[in-house]
Amino acid sequence: MKSSKISTAKIPPQTIQRNIVTPRRSKHRFYGHGLPGVDPDQLSGKLIVVEGADGSGRSTQIANLIEWLEATGHASIQVGLKRSSLVSEELNQAKKGNILSHTTLSLFYATDFVDQMENVILPSLKAGFMVLADRYIYTLMARDLVRGMDEKWLKNLYGMALKPDAVFYLNVSPENLVQRNFAKDYELDYWESGMDLGLSRDMFDSFLKYQGMVEEKFRSLQKTYKFTIVDGNRPPEKVNRELRKHIQSVVAGG
Amino acid sequence: MGYPGRLIAVEGLDGSGKSTQIYLLKRWLQLQGLKVFFSEWNSSELVKSATSKGKKMELLTPSTFSLIHATDFADRYERQLLPLLKAGYIVLCDRYVFTAFARDVVRGCPLEWVRGIYDYACLPDLTFFFKAGLEVSLNRILDGRPQLKYFEAGMDLKLSSDPYESFRIFQGRILEQYLAMSTEFNFNVIDANQSIEPQQDIVRTLVSKKISLSKFRFVLK
Repeated sequence: MKSSKISTAKIPPQTIQRNIVTPRRSKHRFYGHGLPGVDPDQLSGKLIVVEGADGSGRSTQIANLIEWLEATGHASIQVGLKRSSLVSEELNQAKKGNILSHTTLSLFYATDFVDQMENVILPSLKAGFMVLADRYIYTLMARDLVRGMDEKWLKNLYGMALKPDAVFYLNVSPENLVQRNFAKDYELDYWESGMDLGLSRDMFDSFLKYQGMVEEKFRSLQKTYKFTIVDGNRPPEKVNRELRKHIQSVVAGG
Repeated sequence: MGYPGRLIAVEGLDGSGKSTQIYLLKRWLQLQGLKVFFSEWNSSELVKSATSKGKKMELLTPSTFSLIHATDFADRYERQLLPLLKAGYIVLCDRYVFTAFARDVVRGCPLEWVRGIYDYACLPDLTFFFKAGLEVSLNRILDGRPQLKYFEAGMDLKLSSDPYESFRIFQGRILEQYLAMSTEFNFNVIDANQSIEPQQDIVRTLVSKKISLSKFRFVLK
């Protein structure tokens, strides 16, 4: 390796990251039974989760965080729900037709989640990456809880999830979410409006009611899972500054 | 169980002859004009494409193998099994939750985790376990098909590079799991080494003893 001989003469010294922080290794563990054949002690990277509704600014925040992490010398990767090669296609198809019952849809999502856990998240953590998860089990649980699924059943099911190093919940008021969704797509998503629940035939009303219910479930999950609630109603730069501060302390082992 | 219908399940190793037995039971009940529904493990249309892709490409790990079968089961249970039991049907299942309890645990999934995932499903009124010797099962499987399938032989567990040896070890472990839960779940153990007819005779006798069949006739008002 000749990395030390790379010429840096033309680059102003202040922009070069000279003090790259080596993350303090933290002990990882699973929420419950965990996954067969996985030793959490081998996971040297950090798992950072950003939760929040559609329009809460998750993607923007994650994109910014990855840029910042890479600039500060950390290899980073983004993961999200419904992206597994195993079932994501079938899951999308099933959602379009709205033909699955709750337990089935829930297990389908769990399959997708575990597939990514085993094929992307765990190998990346093993390789020492910063893994930024765009949503995690909490979204899946909150959605299912709103639909009347048993909490104990869900906790057992998601006992195979790794406990993240940090979880941020971007809390945005339903009214702001509506505005942000309209500003982006001029329409509300069927599932994000909870239209399958029959709360209201009016999509706008249903969206407000449903998002309120999800937020309430997140607040009750917060008591168990202790995630950091971040006020997402503020401008994105302010939110990002707060997230960076938290992540810095996670990296430092705080 | 608390529903007007009745649930009968058959369990056993691959090649134990359970599918033949439940088919004959189904025909017998149907020919009496009873309300009967038959459901097979891993048969939900919607989940099938994912399962077969996963199996073909060998993408499945013990956890995803377990979950995708649980998804298949949930789909069949919530859309068919449960509504039909509520409607007073005799529901016949070729493999039920015990298959998952045995297989997934052999693959290394925690027992409590697997059982928890299926805890919403009601237990059968009658469960038949067809207990055949390993050699008998192996021969029956090989008679019908020239080769053992990857997951069927438990090749994912890397027990042996020889599919036949792997199948033998894998099925042996599954058998152990079945036997361990036999008492807990009231299995009616049938000696599956004998010929078809005496087995069917036992099945039909037990079914008519345990279920008042005449109550399950179609009555159209």
